[in-house]
Amino acid sequence: MKGKTLNLKLKVWRQKSATAQGKFETYEVSNISTEGSFLEMMDILNEQIISNGGDPVAFDHDCREGICGMCSLYINGHAHGPDEDITTCQLHMRKFTDGDTITIEPWRSAGFPVVKDLIVDRSAFDKILQAGGFVSVNTGGIPDGNAIPIPKEDADEAMDSASCIGCGACVASCKNGSAMLFVSAKVSQLALLPQGRVEAARRAKSMVAKMDELGFGNCTNTGACEVECPKNISITNIARLNREFLSAKLKD
Amino acid sequence: MANLFSSSIGRKLLMSITGLFLIVFLLVHLTLNSFLLLDGVLGFEEGQMFNAGAHFMATNPFIKIMEPMLAIGFLVHIMYSIGLTIQNIKARGAARYASGSKTDDVEWSSKNMFVLGIFVVSFLVVHLANFWVKMKITGDPLLHQEASFPFMGAEAHGENAYALVNTAFQNIAIVIIYVIGCIALSFHLSHGFWSAFQTIGWNNTVWLNRLQTISKVVAWFIGLGFCVIAIAQYLFF
Ligand code: HEM
Ligand code: SF4
Ligand code: FES
Repeated sequence: MKGKTLNLKLKVWRQKSATAQGKFETYEVSNISTEGSFLEMMDILNEQIISNGGDPVAFDHDCREGICGMCSLYINGHAHGPDEDITTCQLHMRKFTDGDTITIEPWRSAGFPVVKDLIVDRSAFDKILQAGGFVSVNTGGIPDGNAIPIPKEDADEAMDSASCIGCGACVASCKNGSAMLFVSAKVSQLALLPQGRVEAARRAKSMVAKMDELGFGNCTNTGACEVECPKNISITNIARLNREFLSAKLKD
Repeated sequence: MANLFSSSIGRKLLMSITGLFLIVFLLVHLTLNSFLLLDGVLGFEEGQMFNAGAHFMATNPFIKIMEPMLAIGFLVHIMYSIGLTIQNIKARGAARYASGSKTDDVEWSSKNMFVLGIFVVSFLVVHLANFWVKMKITGDPLLHQEASFPFMGAEAHGENAYALVNTAFQNIAIVIIYVIGCIALSFHLSHGFWSAFQTIGWNNTVWLNRLQTISKVVAWFIGLGFCVIAIAQYLFF
């Protein structure tokens, strides 16, 4: 089946550096295949800009198969664009119609300052992970993978939480600039497993402390994060984080 | 417990506990208000049940203790809501999305909790001026109208709180303010009730939908309950 092609108008946020004043620039692209991906369309745009002697639009991407969490982009009012449960690299151009104007913006949140054009600094997430999003492992022989029995439901739930790719769409969509969905997924993926239980209390406390310190907002349970999350991380993870954190604090 | 309340989740815990405490108070208040309508049904003279209820509230030592607790509950809830809201505005940052936010399925109330709270608090001021101030501080001629009612198995005499309330509800302006305040309260609680459980950590994939449904029922039961009583007083009493 041969797809159609689209002619589009793009309103793209251009900003030279973190401190420079940014503004929207309008571009036109034509003959975009509906079978292409959004980032391929961005590549075509950049080829066009470069051949006209301009500075290409900077945007984040890496795997282009929806697993690394590098791509971002706030497209027409949605983090990762108008499709459900996918990252921007998985967004097909068939979601748009000929003649559309597409507005493309960086994630906007105090926790994620713009570096250039559509690229934001998401290193705050790394700092939160470094504060406790790991299990400590001693050196020595490799333990047998099945030595500790884990109920199937727990393994499944931990796996669901672990599917968070740290893209930051949750923060970008949250009216409170809260990172609770991300932090709760990272706390849950380990808290649900026996290997992670050992350090669960310390982990919840230090990750939340780091999240607060970095200036992310307070969750008011609006649930916008869950809707825009490309990996369908559930806000019930946030309830688990609250539980883990409060019980850890109450035991102190 | 160390520095629990300096953390985001700890402060939200205070919001949720004070919020739930205020809901319990509202349920007690609503029960008492329902007496305004029930005299005829239960064979009392008009105003007897409410006056007996008000007398009980004014004389019961437990209620005396709860009164300052309630004031503290309101203060903590409001103070922390201001603090959290300011932090959230900062965390969101100054830049806005030119393409707006088109996320579907987000409860309208959840995005407007602070504005709804301001409605509730403005209503509260009018409400306290109408009733509480007159009953507790300045007094009012209507309160001194003869009132007798059955109390603890005997005939008692006391303030005629019913006359005060009944007269206030003959004023259409007061009824309208009352209805607006209570509808804002319903919206506040339709998100607030389940949100409080989520904050405490008492939620999971099974209970999420249940709690959200219960939340709407509780919220509108309380809000519309108060409205219906005020409107019925205006129309029929
Ligand atoms: C009878 C009066 C009130 C009741 C029963 C009530 C109840 C609640 C409940 C149960 C919550 C949910 C807490 C949570 O998410 O953990 C809440 C949240 C909230 N309330 Fe109230 N509230 C009342 C009045 C007010 C007032 C007067 C204000 C402010 C002026 C206010 C501002 C807020 C805000 C901003 C939130 C969201 C805070 C957050 O989730 O972080 N409320 N309320
Ligand atoms: S929770 Fe979802 S939206 Fe947030 S960082 Fe993880 S994958 Fe991205
Ligand atoms: S580029 Fe890796 S998830 Fe989109």
